Amino acid sequence: MSLREALASGRFVVTGEIGPPKGLDTHEIMEELEDLRGVVQAVNVTDIQSSVMRLGSLAVCAKMVQMGIEPVFQMTCRDRNRLALQSDLLSAAWLGIENVLALTGDHTALGDHRDAKPVYDLDSVSLLRAMAALEGGKDLAGNDLAGAPKFFKGAVVTPCADPVEPQIIKLEKKIEAGAQFIQTQAVYDPRQFEGFMKRVSHVKLPILVGIVPLKSAGMAKFMNANVAGITIPEPLIQRMAEAKKEDRMKVSAEIAGKLVKEMKPMCQGTHLMPLGWTKIVKDILRIAEIPPAGN
Amino acid sequence: MIVTERKPLDEILEQLKSDRRVFLVVCGGCPEGAKTGTVEEVEKLKSELVQAGKEIAGDVRIDFLCNKALVGTRLSRKLAQLKQTDALLILSCGIGVQATAQITGMKTHPALNTINMGGHQGLFMSSERCMECGECVLSYTGGICPITTCSKSLLNGQCGGAKNGKCEVSKERPCGWQLIWERTHELGTEDRLMKVLSLRSYTKWDFPDELRTTVRWALEMEEKPKPPEAEPAPKASDKKKKEKAQ
Repeated sequence: MSLREALASGRFVVTGEIGPPKGLDTHEIMEELEDLRGVVQAVNVTDIQSSVMRLGSLAVCAKMVQMGIEPVFQMTCRDRNRLALQSDLLSAAWLGIENVLALTGDHTALGDHRDAKPVYDLDSVSLLRAMAALEGGKDLAGNDLAGAPKFFKGAVVTPCADPVEPQIIKLEKKIEAGAQFIQTQAVYDPRQFEGFMKRVSHVKLPILVGIVPLKSAGMAKFMNANVAGITIPEPLIQRMAEAKKEDRMKVSAEIAGKLVKEMKPMCQGTHLMPLGWTKIVKDILRIAEIPPAGN
Repeated sequence: MIVTERKPLDEILEQLKSDRRVFLVVCGGCPEGAKTGTVEEVEKLKSELVQAGKEIAGDVRIDFLCNKALVGTRLSRKLAQLKQTDALLILSCGIGVQATAQITGMKTHPALNTINMGGHQGLFMSSERCMECGECVLSYTGGICPITTCSKSLLNGQCGGAKNGKCEVSKERPCGWQLIWERTHELGTEDRLMKVLSLRSYTKWDFPDELRTTVRWALEMEEKPKPPEAEPAPKASDKKKKEKAQ
């Protein structure tokens, strides 16, 4: 069963995430993928995350297809103009990659090549439109394709942004542009997420709530100060601070599992971004009372 | 001179879809040289608008809309007319549109596209900026330019990088799309943000051929200093001799 079919079946769907390494030593992501195999439905592969140059998402996704693990190809608009984006979309489809997640992408100024030219020829909305155009057998300039691809088109939203209205306007534009599923930025406050879901009750697409398991109190404080659209409530930070170093993974899984369990009735799935801690994904799902994906 | 060109009438009318009474603000600076703000051009636009069913509430010509103090004083004399106007239609570069939008707090629509700095910049000491994209979208973004205020020049709304109203690039820099959302929220024009603005044409950055025939262009070209006298070219016969010797 593919991600598309799993979401269509109406069951609660779990996706994971890995980030390719800086260099060719891939043993860590290979281990992470084995941790996630059969546990989650599909695994997102980040696209030069945080604008730090590294191994490409497309190559890792293609490898995953060979390994029998369903990839979600994350595609940002930061590094490629419309020719390269469309070409890579065709390449992805040719390599057997169906799921593509359209993102704006962190600015180059945040990464390790700060002087690089930020491209943004397209944005997340026009990238989704480009995918839809290719599916219709045309490129963005209106030229015919010899053989059209088929995608399962994803988009993102930040439910806890303040103000949230600009995010909702953009979400609506993404849906109009052809988005078929939504993965969200990390959420730590189920009440806030509930409020967001009420505001987007007119949206009929599957929404997978994002979860980033906390690794330490320090990480939580850093995210509160620096990461957009994320507010980690003080009691959660406190729990991480009180946990002994060797218990942190356990406590982190408990916090994340409880969050998923509480938000499970509000949405159609969860997107877990373990940042390397793939070992705790099984525990998170056990605590959240979600059976493994099983393929 | 900042080079501008008239937007097609269809596009102007699309911008003015929900506005009937329109007040024209014309910049008497660069548009004069670019032949987009001449008296004839303004009269032509006015009659086109009237033919399309619009009402012209009035118009004003201000020398340099990029000078906000000047715009403020000149427009304050027209307050009575402005109050009975649905929207302002601005004939200037993108800076003039943004400056007028900020000063009046009214709905503003650009009548021109800004395509080229043409070697000389206007006055813009304030926060308004124009990057001469050639496809002015200020009508849909509350008179605040997404190309210059958003660090990614996004056309279709906020990315996920804003925190506390600031851009991910710098904690000092306001998120352009939040400013745009706030302005449209104040104006009650948030619905205009739903318009999908896509696919900029980078060919717009070319200098249009027809402007190369203007008086200003000619003056600039004639003022160009002549290159120093070249050394007399060697005579063809000398060259032949040399080749033979080798």
